[in-house]
Amino acid sequence: MFTNAGTSSFTTFLSRVAPEMLPGRRPLPPGMAADLAPHATTIVAIAAAEGVVMAGDRRATMGNLIAQRDIEKVHPADAYSLVGIAGTAGIGIELMRLFQVELEHYEKIEGAMLSLDGKANRLASMIRGNLGAAMQGLAVVPLFAGFDLAAADPARAGRIFSFDVTGGPYEETGYDAIGSGSLFAKSALKKRFRAGLSVDDATRLAVEALYDAADDDTATGGPDLTRRIYPVVMTATAEGTRRLTDTETAAIAEGVVAGRMENPGG
Amino acid sequence: MAMQFYASPEQIMRDRSELARKGIARGRSAVVLSYSGGVLFVAENLSSALHKVSEIYDRIGFAAVGRYNEFENLRRAGVRMADLNGLSYDRRDVTGRALANAFAQTLGAIFTEQSKPFEVEICVAEVGATPEADELYRLTYDGSVNDEPGRMAMGGQAEAITGVLKSQHRADMSLAEAVRVAVQALSTVGGEGGAARTIAANQLEVAVLDRQRIGRTFRRITGAALTALLDGDAAAEGQAADAAGGPAEPVVPTTEGHKPTSSAGSADLEDRPAEGGER
Repeated sequence: MFTNAGTSSFTTFLSRVAPEMLPGRRPLPPGMAADLAPHATTIVAIAAAEGVVMAGDRRATMGNLIAQRDIEKVHPADAYSLVGIAGTAGIGIELMRLFQVELEHYEKIEGAMLSLDGKANRLASMIRGNLGAAMQGLAVVPLFAGFDLAAADPARAGRIFSFDVTGGPYEETGYDAIGSGSLFAKSALKKRFRAGLSVDDATRLAVEALYDAADDDTATGGPDLTRRIYPVVMTATAEGTRRLTDTETAAIAEGVVAGRMENPGG
Repeated sequence: MAMQFYASPEQIMRDRSELARKGIARGRSAVVLSYSGGVLFVAENLSSALHKVSEIYDRIGFAAVGRYNEFENLRRAGVRMADLNGLSYDRRDVTGRALANAFAQTLGAIFTEQSKPFEVEICVAEVGATPEADELYRLTYDGSVNDEPGRMAMGGQAEAITGVLKSQHRADMSLAEAVRVAVQALSTVGGEGGAARTIAANQLEVAVLDRQRIGRTFRRITGAALTALLDGDAAAEGQAADAAGGPAEPVVPTTEGHKPTSSAGSADLEDRPAEGGER
């Protein structure tokens, strides 16, 4: 079974030998399932001069309840790209793992990495595969960002792609946000974003935007100073992906909170 | 009606073995050995694009000699199997032993059932926490598996090369020493009148499974880093050792880095052991 399916794509291979492992291939009973499972919420991504920054809050909700306080929604997709998930948490995590394997698998089989656009297109087709579930309330919408190694202009190497339940990808300029608090996060970014930000400034801006989202959206969690739970912040630059350490994010989040003590609107 | 001549099963197997052995001995050799910082693969390969050595999974590498299309087919199957198992269970549950068994089954079935056996010899290597914990499996064309003691040579005049390796190899060697021993062993055969050859850096394919690294440990050594290792230049050796993941002192990897969601790292950019642990 492993030798015959001659493809470089792991999802194509799975669809031939183990279709039940693909989220979109499972039969769903009829009816709405929107309130059954926890939902992951806000993710923001900002293009910076040296690459791209992605940050996500830590809350997962189930209706009016907080399902999890410290869920991690921003992950490395491969060595140079990041993926954040919003929507049904379980399917989102599964899709994200599958996407990571998809990229790694291609790289191992072909001996070369997919282009950034190729990665975004793969993710779009995986989201499209989940359309049936999305129509029953189990939607997953990711945000994808990465450092484009083939970019002619290094200042434009940090690129962001958004998706909808029918696929995509849609390339965004400068910044984007997804999830329930994205409206507020994007409004904050609209006023504060400037092209050519340094990665450090973009990191601070991302945490500020998440604070604004948490300020107005109950499903988005703000920095939890008592439990020391801070947003997950990752960067993708020419040196690869990096997750900021807890100490680094704590310092940024505490700085943001201290600023809001004086001016709650930021 | 033409009469079919009777051939005994022994004769058929002997003929197939002979065919496979001849095919494997015609090609160039590959050497796999463990050293203090990991597992080293060195293959003589004129092509820089068609690899004899490659990555299967986080801590598992693959080296092969013989017919390219046949071992490439096996390699792809190995990557598919490893990725499928790693996704269904956990990244830690993908082992070299399981892969070696699967390859052995495939090769054994091909040897007995098909009219032509695969003319390949394969090494599946898994890097452990210490050189003693490294696993090197040799798989031959008929599906037999051997667990090798920290070093092995295959293809070409493998026996002569194994002899050199046996006398020179130690498990506590540095990367530079290990590369030199491997290249020395490869170059003892094939020279004119039994003399040693010189093998240029562009005729070698060198890769390591880096013991210190967390997540994907496979890394190719090419270009300037390889030339520096071969020349044995003291300063360059230091640089290459740095590139290979810091001090020779083995660090037992933690389990946290093996979580599937945090192991999307790749080759060439994880020269930061301190940060590697946090991903």
